[in-house]
Amino acid sequence: MNGGHDLGGMHGLGPIAPEAEKDEPVFHGTWEKRVFAMTMATGFLRTWNLDESRHARERQHPADYMRNSYYENWLRGLEMLLVEKGLVTAEELERGAADPSAGASAVVPLQAGDVETTLLKGGPTDMEIDQHPRFHPGDKVRVVNINPTGHTRLPRYARGKQGVVRNHCGAHVFPDRRALGSREGEHLYSVCFSATELWGERLNSDFKVHIDLWEPYLAAE
Amino acid sequence: MTEHSHDHTEPPSDLVLKVKALESLLVEKGLVDPAALDALIDTYENKVGPRNGAEVVARAWSDPEYRVWLLEDATAAIASMGFVGRQGEHMTAVENTAQVHNLVVCTLCSCYPWTVLGLPPVWYKSAPYRSRAVSDPRGVLAEFGTELADSVEIQVWDSTSEMRYMVVPERPAGTDGWLIDELIPLVSRNAMIGVEKARTPGSSVDP
Repeated sequence: MNGGHDLGGMHGLGPIAPEAEKDEPVFHGTWEKRVFAMTMATGFLRTWNLDESRHARERQHPADYMRNSYYENWLRGLEMLLVEKGLVTAEELERGAADPSAGASAVVPLQAGDVETTLLKGGPTDMEIDQHPRFHPGDKVRVVNINPTGHTRLPRYARGKQGVVRNHCGAHVFPDRRALGSREGEHLYSVCFSATELWGERLNSDFKVHIDLWEPYLAAE
Repeated sequence: MTEHSHDHTEPPSDLVLKVKALESLLVEKGLVDPAALDALIDTYENKVGPRNGAEVVARAWSDPEYRVWLLEDATAAIASMGFVGRQGEHMTAVENTAQVHNLVVCTLCSCYPWTVLGLPPVWYKSAPYRSRAVSDPRGVLAEFGTELADSVEIQVWDSTSEMRYMVVPERPAGTDGWLIDELIPLVSRNAMIGVEKARTPGSSVDP
């Protein structure tokens, strides 16, 4: 979807103003730690997947997405998924207490003793598929011009642009359909674009941008 | 209005209360275990961080065979050092040289190689960085005090898939014969994202 999260090329957002590396804590405040950990722990319940989680944050009003701090967006996304997936009711969320008439949850929460092995295991997204890759390193491709209203990992600034396939990364779970709950593989490529192709003729166009793109995002050129 | 101002001021008390209320609700409903939350936080505050990536880079600087392996199959080369798991399942390492400088961003969210760098800094997740890294990388580098010769080509990597990128910075001059443990402190987190170069010998080194 063309939401507030798709920021590549936007102007007017101000200086980066990085905090010095040696001074920056991992979290800025206890509430950030708890939002991070609650999001991770509930993610491991497998009630939703990573792309549904991203899509929840993206579905906010663009003004809210951009006004919120990072972990406020995580909090909002988590609240949306908890209610939409039926783990919590909107009333419980509002009240901050469980409905006494609701039965015990059937899910088993992530246990402290399982955190390390769960994190080490990770969640690989590569998969074997029957189709052969359509494209090969060196192929010229053009990104399709699509504007899906659902989740996509095709940024707006790449749509309609011509690039060159740098390499084939194997087949990976396709996020546009995974956000709808379906685990299907598509070939994934790293595609190289010139700055001039992406942004037009101008000064300081001596750079390239590599974008990871799935086969349904690409057409032969 | 910006994330920056938000993340550097005291959070509003209603937000703090809301997060506490949510946690107590999730605990009451049996959806999270507070001890597991503590363990998740401890992992990324104290165990998994940019020291991992610095060990990878220092080894690549010191061991030509490892460098080739890292550049050809970063997932396996990094896993061989025990750095595996969440947000590091699929890795690519890109190398800076006298001719090429690499810069990593995620314009759509905050994808970042947790296994080697830990959790991303605020600026990496911020709208100003995400918007401009792909459209004005030289301007972005200048904000970090990084000036490159005009002849250097910048390669930007937008992390739109589950592939995670780390930059292998150029080994600083004056470090011939240095041991890996001496090289590690020169490899900053920012150098492995690509917004800075590795520290030079004698420069102040972060603790």
